[in-house]
Amino acid sequence: MTETGAGDAIVVGDIRKSYGDLHAVDGVSFAVGHGEFFGILGPNGAGKTTTLEIIEGLREPDSGSVRLLGHNPFPRDTALLPRIGVQLQASAFFDKLTAREQLETFAALYGVGAERARETLELVGLADKADTREDKLSGGQRQRLSIACALVHDPDIVFLDEPTAALDPQARRNLWDVLRAIRARGKTIVYTTHYLDEAEILCDRVAIMDQGRILAMDTPAALVRGLDAPTRIILERGSLPAEAAAALPGADEVTEDEQSLTISSRTPAPLLAALAERGTLDGLQVRTATLEDVFLQLTGREYRA
Amino acid sequence: MKGAFKSLSAAMVKGFLRDKATLFFSFVFPLMFLVIFGLLFRDAGAEKIKIGAVGDGPVIAALEQTGAVEVQRFGSVDEGVAKVRDGDLPGLVEATGDKVLLRFAASDQAQAGTVRGLVAGVTQQLNVTASGQPPKYEFDAEQVEDASLKPIQFLTPGILSWGIAITAVFGASLTLVNWRRKQVLRRLRLAPVSPTTILTSRILVTIGVALTQALIFVGVALLPVFGLTLSGTWWLAIPVFLCGVLAFFTIGMLVGALCKTEEAATGAANIVVLPMSFLSGTFFPIDLAPPWLQAASKALPLRHMNDGITDFLVRGKGPEALLVPCGVLIAFTLVVGFVAAKVFTWEDN
Ligand SMILES: Nc1ncnc2c1ncn2[C@@H]1O[C@H](COP(=O)(O)OP(=O)(O)OP(=O)(O)O)[C@@H](O)[C@H]1O
Ligand SMILES: [Mg+2]
Repeated sequence: MTETGAGDAIVVGDIRKSYGDLHAVDGVSFAVGHGEFFGILGPNGAGKTTTLEIIEGLREPDSGSVRLLGHNPFPRDTALLPRIGVQLQASAFFDKLTAREQLETFAALYGVGAERARETLELVGLADKADTREDKLSGGQRQRLSIACALVHDPDIVFLDEPTAALDPQARRNLWDVLRAIRARGKTIVYTTHYLDEAEILCDRVAIMDQGRILAMDTPAALVRGLDAPTRIILERGSLPAEAAAALPGADEVTEDEQSLTISSRTPAPLLAALAERGTLDGLQVRTATLEDVFLQLTGREYRA
Repeated sequence: MKGAFKSLSAAMVKGFLRDKATLFFSFVFPLMFLVIFGLLFRDAGAEKIKIGAVGDGPVIAALEQTGAVEVQRFGSVDEGVAKVRDGDLPGLVEATGDKVLLRFAASDQAQAGTVRGLVAGVTQQLNVTASGQPPKYEFDAEQVEDASLKPIQFLTPGILSWGIAITAVFGASLTLVNWRRKQVLRRLRLAPVSPTTILTSRILVTIGVALTQALIFVGVALLPVFGLTLSGTWWLAIPVFLCGVLAFFTIGMLVGALCKTEEAATGAANIVVLPMSFLSGTFFPIDLAPPWLQAASKALPLRHMNDGITDFLVRGKGPEALLVPCGVLIAFTLVVGFVAAKVFTWEDN
């Protein structure tokens, strides 16, 4: 699904956008196929929102091309707009309206009835808050309402800018189900997130961005494989002397800190067997590389979720 | 598209009705001025000067006929003089045979002068008539103002225009700033709704609110306590009213396009409307102002809205009087609207 073909829902070709000296987006190219779940990851200020807003047609790129369902999104094309649904990073609501009224207003803009608005509110788990004013909702509830506003007209492509920020773990998982269900109906989803575990679970493909450029782009599994990182086996400190650990079959490197002893290995199977033989499996953790390791290696940055 | 228009209008109306402060400043605040000034000036200019009279004769009869004074008769001179001395009456006319004597209290110079002039005038008039000669100098007086232009007659159009103006300017500018700041405008840009739909729904809501204000203010002024009397051509005030609403709506749009925050927009709207209300005859007739100020106020849309509405609501002018106020207000709408469209942005930056 990585090839750039005529059948792609989104084709972005070398887009650039500068604010003064700052290159917010500095030559980004990618394509997203129909029905694909595409994630954009990157530290704060990487250019994720700017990239999304250029694709949505909210911002004009300084240079480069965007094809959204075969059309140019900029300048504004009202024939294209009903086919995309957007949740902006900062939620956009009308003053003094209840959750239901907000959603019904947005629904009406797309010619969608109140019944569908009610269903969407239920979908994001806000049915019991339908009559609460937008400014009285909690941060996560506002976020869910904002997502509902992006989904209410059942668009072909959904753009979500950090939809799971501010959500509690329960709501996050509920939203995952909602997104998976949308995807199962053949819709395309492009989203940004700071939760790498989430991206790894949900996305068909991810792009890792920093300073306006894409550093890597592939399926999460391929990115992790490409890292070629050793498996780390973590034991409680004192359960095994460091020298003994280093002598075990398959142990490449041993490090120790206050709480734990970590053995890195590229052949974890014989190592685990040896540990089991010695009866030192208590509190044992096995960590294989994750997307987070890929991210840290690429951006060289501490992660700020 | 009709659904979008309806739902946007409904969203704006709900936002308006749920904001207590806005409701107060749109309806209660102007009404307060109308009620206070209406009651305060209810009897101003309506009260007649009283004068005491003892005896009888052509002079006293003639005084009664002028209609300018209310003649109060006394049986004896002492009784009447006591009233004058107490300050209850400005003067007492004593007519015995051909002799007319006016006793007056000098404590109120203005009233004393009026009373003296009046009695002297009536007496001389009778002298001329008695002489059988035609008067050498002819004197005629004609009233220019409509006799019924009591304070409520100019207060109602003034406060109506002012109330509508502030509501239109504040409503339009605050909606625009709020929608831009809260990213609603950006979000609307992503929906298949045309800017014309957004604009016309806002205009319709503004006109609806202004119409409600007009009905309430005129309705209250018509109550017997205030006693507004409408002229036969009151309905010609409607086009002036609509042009005025549009003019102030576009001023609001310009304010909203220029300001980034609601606080700034509130300040700017006040700076625009407040001085205008003082210079346009909202609270007192502009004819009382110095001539240069009267000339300067002709540049203000509120002045023309106020004048135009007064002309039809209470003065009963004909359709030809529509030309100036409507022309000026439409010109204002076009020029300000053009500038507003030029400086308008969908988002901050
Ligand atoms: N309107 C603007 N004017 C000037 N600079 C801007 C503007 N919008 C974004 N930037 C800058 O462009 C860069 C990229 O911003 P962007 O919002 O795309 O980042 P992001 O990846 O979405 O970050 P975050 O994770 O914090 O949402 C940032 O350095 C930001 O300061
Ligand atoms: Mg962002």
